[in-house]
Amino acid sequence: MSDQPTASRQKYIPTIGIECHVQLKTKTKLFSGANNDAREAEPNTTVSPICFGLPGTLPVLNKEAVRLAVRAGLALGASINRVSRFERKHYFYPDLPKGYQISQLAEPTVGPGVVTIRLGDGSEKSVRIHHAHIEEDAGKLTHPSGADYSLVDLNRAGTPLIEIVSEPDMHSSEEAKVYAQELYLLMTYAGVTHGDLYHGNMRFDVNVSVAKEGEPLGTRTETKNLNSFKAVERAVEFEIARQTKLLEKGEKIVQETRGWNEDRQQTFSQRSKENAHDYRYFPDADLPPIYLDDAFVDEVRSELPALPGVYRAAFKELGLDGSVVQSLLARRTYADMILDLQQVHGKQTATRAAHWLSSVVSDEVLVDTSSLTTETLAELSAMVEVNELSSTAAKEVLVEVVEHGGSPRAIAEQKNLLQVSDEGAVASVVDEVLANPANAKAVSDVKAGNDKVIGFLVGQVMKKSAGKANPALTQKIIREKLI
Amino acid sequence: MTIAEIQARVKEVGARKVVEEAITRARADAKHAVLEVIETRALKRADEVDAKLQKGENAGRLAGVPFLAKDNILTFDSKTTASSHMLENFEAPYQATVIEKLEAEGAICVGKTNLDAFAHGGSTENSYFGPTKNTYDDERVAGGSSGGSAVAVATGIVPFALGSDTGGSIRQPASYNGVVGLKPTYGSVSRYGVVAMASSTDVVGPITTSVEDARLVLDVIKGVDERDGTTIEIEPLLSTDKKLKIGVIRQCFGEGVDESVVRTTNETIEKLKAAGHTVDEVDLPTFRHALAVYYIVVPAELTSNLARYDGIKYGTQKDGADLTTVYEASRSAGFMDENKRRILIGNYVLSSGYYDAYYRKAQTVRTLIINEFNKAFSEHDILLSPTAPTPAFKLGENTGDPLQMYLADMMTVPASLAGVSAISVPAGTTETGLPVGVQLIAPMRQDSVVLSAAQQLEALC
Repeated sequence: MSDQPTASRQKYIPTIGIECHVQLKTKTKLFSGANNDAREAEPNTTVSPICFGLPGTLPVLNKEAVRLAVRAGLALGASINRVSRFERKHYFYPDLPKGYQISQLAEPTVGPGVVTIRLGDGSEKSVRIHHAHIEEDAGKLTHPSGADYSLVDLNRAGTPLIEIVSEPDMHSSEEAKVYAQELYLLMTYAGVTHGDLYHGNMRFDVNVSVAKEGEPLGTRTETKNLNSFKAVERAVEFEIARQTKLLEKGEKIVQETRGWNEDRQQTFSQRSKENAHDYRYFPDADLPPIYLDDAFVDEVRSELPALPGVYRAAFKELGLDGSVVQSLLARRTYADMILDLQQVHGKQTATRAAHWLSSVVSDEVLVDTSSLTTETLAELSAMVEVNELSSTAAKEVLVEVVEHGGSPRAIAEQKNLLQVSDEGAVASVVDEVLANPANAKAVSDVKAGNDKVIGFLVGQVMKKSAGKANPALTQKIIREKLI
Repeated sequence: MTIAEIQARVKEVGARKVVEEAITRARADAKHAVLEVIETRALKRADEVDAKLQKGENAGRLAGVPFLAKDNILTFDSKTTASSHMLENFEAPYQATVIEKLEAEGAICVGKTNLDAFAHGGSTENSYFGPTKNTYDDERVAGGSSGGSAVAVATGIVPFALGSDTGGSIRQPASYNGVVGLKPTYGSVSRYGVVAMASSTDVVGPITTSVEDARLVLDVIKGVDERDGTTIEIEPLLSTDKKLKIGVIRQCFGEGVDESVVRTTNETIEKLKAAGHTVDEVDLPTFRHALAVYYIVVPAELTSNLARYDGIKYGTQKDGADLTTVYEASRSAGFMDENKRRILIGNYVLSSGYYDAYYRKAQTVRTLIINEFNKAFSEHDILLSPTAPTPAFKLGENTGDPLQMYLADMMTVPASLAGVSAISVPAGTTETGLPVGVQLIAPMRQDSVVLSAAQQLEALC
């Protein structure tokens, strides 16, 4: 590293564009009545003659897929084209049963839009959407190790996708990652996808090039099929470093498609431009154009669920940190509960719950929070409010409630976490502490007017009461006794 | 043999006997029109029809009427080969909508007919299983690609057969064999379950011995199908004897058109005039460019539609060291020369750098052709031309000369590109007794006009 001067690296500006495939959560496939949910299905069981590309089969457009695509477009702040058309994209591969993929090219359903992303330093940035088009997914190919054959599973063939194509507006791996996360939020909040990244419900292709400032864009590479935000970030980072190094050595970047090796955290060459497919796109005469009228678009708009922006605006009132807001948005059930608490129980309860949830989210203490309710959170908050529970104890109770069930009060009692707010009980502990010779100096300091030392004495009382003494009450009693 | 005659026979001897007789005729086929006989299912269905008839129940408008289907239409209890090596052993797991509709009206499919492999051709010589011979001359072609269906009807095996028409594949063999061939409006009949050739012009239609039968069969098979997004409703198929304004397409005469065809067409025109119809000439300046447009647009579409035949899922598969070799070997073996020629043309015209010069340009000219038809129809009920520039040619005469072979489609492709309704009606014969057909063309959805005009013409010839 030391012989790579940082100064020369900074001369290269990376430029990044991202294509994101989103599987739409329709009941049936894009062009057939076959079941679209193949997540737990045996290979080749959610298929019809259409999915197999049998002779004589014809595609019939699933209207629900169009509705979801329009909804996705509206979530992207994009224009919706009133006329759009399907085209065929040709290449041979065993996971593509017809020898072509039905897609859109010249006239996609979703036109230009814009997505605002928030970076770690608190700044905002706009990433323009070039368009989003509807297309069908391909099947899956697996290559059993050691076997001289491959296996084709067409369950996924024909699943409706939208491909969201960004402009090359991003310039760092962080921007790429945050953009991918924002798309995920928009698409899941809009309710167009299950958003199950593990099952490939959203997949990202990153186009990366680097060039010196003021010079035209460099030659780009496309790293395909990334299915986590981390992989997006790492792949972009890797490509920026790789390309910069090559250019610094005076070498040329090869325009190519690259893959991502998750184990080695590296991109690798898959196919160069010379070997690129000529897809021979042309209109698909089996499918009439999609004509959408204003009434339909308005109807879809009216059905659009609350998007992250709505939550962000509401959470602004709570004065939450950007990172707290992001961690809440990352789990929509949390965001919904906070919004709920805010409306029903007020700002203070919502803010308190927001901090609890964001810390359990970031600590990843709770895996399954499906049993968590706003009632539990409201009850916990109320207990803190009246000094029955300390903030720390409240978190402990929360974890217990979620993991094993039960009411917050019962758990707090069982765990002996309730704060002692009985004046007599606290006063007797205070007396013990003040009488302890080890605290004599502190006692005399407080009497001499050194107010800061009260905190030390409060801490001693807390310690003695195993954290249960109400700190405010403790302080009040110490003051009464010494001043 | 008309449908009415067969229905009378059903009444007399029952559906089973009628179907058995049709199967016997199909087995005795000397022209190689029939590729496969469907016996078990046909007889079972005949018994069902008989049971209904005996109980006095409604057994459908085509109860017990045997028919044959071109072998690119998917049927149960048989192979559907498209006359290709690629699908030589393909058994369909579902039936085409047209077959379902015919069965729902009691018609009984007794077998499959020969065609040019994947319907690529105008003579049925491109069949992997060998050519079908002309009804009137064993040395001559049946026409094509629905040659087997046309000959099966002309030789009286069945009263009607289904064909498919992409650029003339119903009309031209009908003309060569002296039968009626109807290419309905594009989209009026479901293509679901029909091995696709060109998605924007493929249409299924009947080949019959009378116009009335063509009307009946179309009435049964037409209609919107939820499994084919391009299907539309056409106007009701009412019959009228209204006097017509007929436009004879000027560009149909001249170079390449046989003298016997010109004579027969002119005689037909005179008969129509004498019967009180108004006949004049109409200009369709791009009519003769249609063939060039057709042989760009259709190869583009068919190369795409044939991409699924890769040897992986079904059909002919040849082993290879790697995936590319498997593809190459399977497709090289499975397709005929004419298939390969068209696949190459199609890929060429769609490839990057040539798309604008060929495919896009062809689509522009296609729009001109449609506009010219619309203009002509603003002044005429019906347009008239010969169905083909020549009568049936000799087997082997054009096999070495694809361009000459393509010229046989020159009268029929314009209507295919425009999606309009067209029919070939037997109009006369050459001195040597070969049939010559005349083509009538009406606007989209006006199949009733084409049928009414054809019926009036039929009565004059």
